[in-house]
Amino acid sequence: MWHLRIVPDDTKFDFTRFRRFSFPLSAVLSIFAIALYFTHGLNFGIDFHGGTLMEIQAKSGQADLAAMREKLSSLGLGEVQLQQFGGPADVLIRVAQQPGGEAEQQQAVEKVRGALGDTVNYRRIEVVGPRVSGELLSYGIIGLFVAIGGILVYLWFRFEWQFALGAMIANVHDLVLTLGFMSIAQVDFDLTSIAALLTILGYSLNDTVVIYDRIREMLRRYKKMPMPELLNASINSTLSRSIITHVTVTLSLLALLLFGGNAIHSFTATMMFGVVLVGTYTSIFIAAPILIYLGVGTGRAAEEEKEAASAAKEPAKPRPTKARV
Amino acid sequence: MLYFSRWRVIGILATAIIVCLFAVPNFISPETVAKWPQWAQRHLVLGLDLQGGSHILLQVDAADVKRQKMDALRDDVRRTLRDAKIGYTGLAIRGDAVEVRIRDDQNFNEALSKLRELSVPLGGLLGSTGQRSLDVTDAGSRLVRLTVTDAAMNERIRQVVEQAVPIIEKRVNQLGLVEPTIQRQGFDRILVQVPGLGDPQRLLDIIGKTAKLEFRLVDTSMSAQDALSGRVPADAEVLYEGKTDPKTPILVQKQVLVSGDELTDAQPAFDSRTGEPVVNFRFNTAGARKFATVTQENVGRPFAIVLDNEVISAPVIREPILGGSGQISGNFTVESANDLAILLRAGALPAKLTPIEQRVVGAGLGKDQIEKGVQASYVGGALVVIFMIATYGLFGIFASVAVAVNVAMIFGTLSLLNATLTLPGIAGVVLTVGIAVDSNVLIYERVREEVRAGRTAIQALDAGFSRALATILDSNITTFIAAAVLFFIGTGPVRGFAVTLGIGIVTTLFTAFTVTRLIVAAWVRWTRPKTVPI
Repeated sequence: MWHLRIVPDDTKFDFTRFRRFSFPLSAVLSIFAIALYFTHGLNFGIDFHGGTLMEIQAKSGQADLAAMREKLSSLGLGEVQLQQFGGPADVLIRVAQQPGGEAEQQQAVEKVRGALGDTVNYRRIEVVGPRVSGELLSYGIIGLFVAIGGILVYLWFRFEWQFALGAMIANVHDLVLTLGFMSIAQVDFDLTSIAALLTILGYSLNDTVVIYDRIREMLRRYKKMPMPELLNASINSTLSRSIITHVTVTLSLLALLLFGGNAIHSFTATMMFGVVLVGTYTSIFIAAPILIYLGVGTGRAAEEEKEAASAAKEPAKPRPTKARV
Repeated sequence: MLYFSRWRVIGILATAIIVCLFAVPNFISPETVAKWPQWAQRHLVLGLDLQGGSHILLQVDAADVKRQKMDALRDDVRRTLRDAKIGYTGLAIRGDAVEVRIRDDQNFNEALSKLRELSVPLGGLLGSTGQRSLDVTDAGSRLVRLTVTDAAMNERIRQVVEQAVPIIEKRVNQLGLVEPTIQRQGFDRILVQVPGLGDPQRLLDIIGKTAKLEFRLVDTSMSAQDALSGRVPADAEVLYEGKTDPKTPILVQKQVLVSGDELTDAQPAFDSRTGEPVVNFRFNTAGARKFATVTQENVGRPFAIVLDNEVISAPVIREPILGGSGQISGNFTVESANDLAILLRAGALPAKLTPIEQRVVGAGLGKDQIEKGVQASYVGGALVVIFMIATYGLFGIFASVAVAVNVAMIFGTLSLLNATLTLPGIAGVVLTVGIAVDSNVLIYERVREEVRAGRTAIQALDAGFSRALATILDSNITTFIAAAVLFFIGTGPVRGFAVTLGIGIVTTLFTAFTVTRLIVAAWVRWTRPKTVPI
């Protein structure tokens, strides 16, 4: 029976040698992404910047953007952005946060409704006041750090600390590059983006963990194999799985991107970039090779002797890292 | 790894089937489901982004609460000193404090101790915290300064939220909406979620209004224009009538003759002579008596009906109104008369509530989003299944069955928890499909490796499963941590995503550890393969 084989059975790519190339590349890209963040900035949505967002549909079936823009800019609401999206009748209106307090934001909506009247259907109205937007932003940032910390602790518990650290470096790198992408593409940065970032964090770690699991297994089995060779063998033996899984995730995301509609478009685009492009690259070219620099596997021979000695003394319970299900 | 005792097989299948069955009510018409026993009626709740509706977060206006507290405190001080027959001057609110100067030195100490009695311990009989409601200080030269403590303010805000929730509930229910949820959130907020209302502005008008109704006399000692340009009498204030610009200023006495608290009923109606919409109201006994006295004493004078410091109308009292019922007219539409009646029946909010977040999705958009979500799910699922079968053949079919069970279990669990499904939640399910096959991929790739290492079919399958499962556990827990964090920080649709993602991980682990293994074990027992077609 014929089966699709994306990756040949027995690959022997020298992935770790690429670290001389991939590490500088990632460093440069990360610095570029951070620079982008400070110069180009993120396109903060109303969740984090406050303000009003309205999705309207012209009843005539054809929205006259110019006329609408003229009407709305005469309302004295500061910056009003209009954007055609979806069909010809659909317009997204963004009104910047109004100076003053919470009540002023509500009045902005009434003014816009007053100006457009009954010529349009109001499909979505979102108003986020200054207080809530500030809270949402701080929750989002706290959430990212809590997630990173929680995962770090879990990996530290399951692996040695070098693995946890390596995974963290690799995945902060993922987040930084994804933020760079969001800055270039000017994707709306809102609560959904935080969800995308956290999911990217989870999935790209998922990938890293699969490779690390194999590395750990190999470390136990081949006590004398040099580290670069061992890493290569680990990456190569999990390569087929990495690729296949990324294809399935890509297929799911592609379906969401093409058919999921506007509301989750920026979410899926960000995920696509983070999980598919960056995540795979990171696990193979950053997360695994970085273990060499973190000193994994250097004292294996000595450790073996020590272990043998202590095992002779107290043969009680196996180490938790060896637990098998 | 491939051996299952009979009881384990039964246990696994029973768990999977029962969880899947909980998803069934979602596909059957609500009328049929309503006849089922209570425990079987659990179902998914569509999020506001899918069914359309309004999400409004209100916050108690602390400044308004403070103002009320200070006014009440000033009145308390006045009454206390008057009752004790102590002379005072300059009683006023200054900044955050009420200040009063005692006229004579000899009764200053008596005054101070009387005023200190105004400060009561907080927390009632049970949870006394040792904190008091007021700080009463001697500010020198016979001046007493009284401030409301932070603890007392917080207590009051908490009470306001407690009292406001049932009032808002009453108001929203009277609009005839289905399944509104009104809950307190945090310390000083109320979240109102109402599915499927066409006009969010009306909802906002209904829940955002304080609806404090007052009957006061119009001050005719000078015209409102004179008062605006000159001195407003101490016991009066200028309020405005009407919603149209320019609004008419009216000089109204501060004293409230009768308030909306004393209403027993309010109904929209049409005026019998003019045919315009009006609101008929009826006072309780005490209110009716007060209203009768006031109208008797002031025949021929105009009085003002004031709602939230805006004059609705200021008619002239033509004759004493003794029956305790009356009529408010004031350029109402049918809808606004109806709304006012609702507000008056439900009663006034104890303080002003400010909307600080509002998210409204029209029903049309919600429907579109469901369609798109469903379409994306089908396409995503189909693509993944085709790819898996192309890659693993027979085992690809096994994987697809496991993923189908997985998705059914996600919906079953969501229904069991009465969880809310949002558009990002659907995205979470689609992603889970992509991820759930990962567990199968991990197993199969491991089996392929073991086959290459020269093991027999049974050995390879056995080793493949046992080695891959540890990895599956490790890699899914990291994602689960991210989902858990997202659940705690997220609101609305994002939380929906976290829920489906988290549940998806749990069901993925379950299917990988049991269903996939069970299918493969059954296949092994049935065909006794020499080689693995993978």
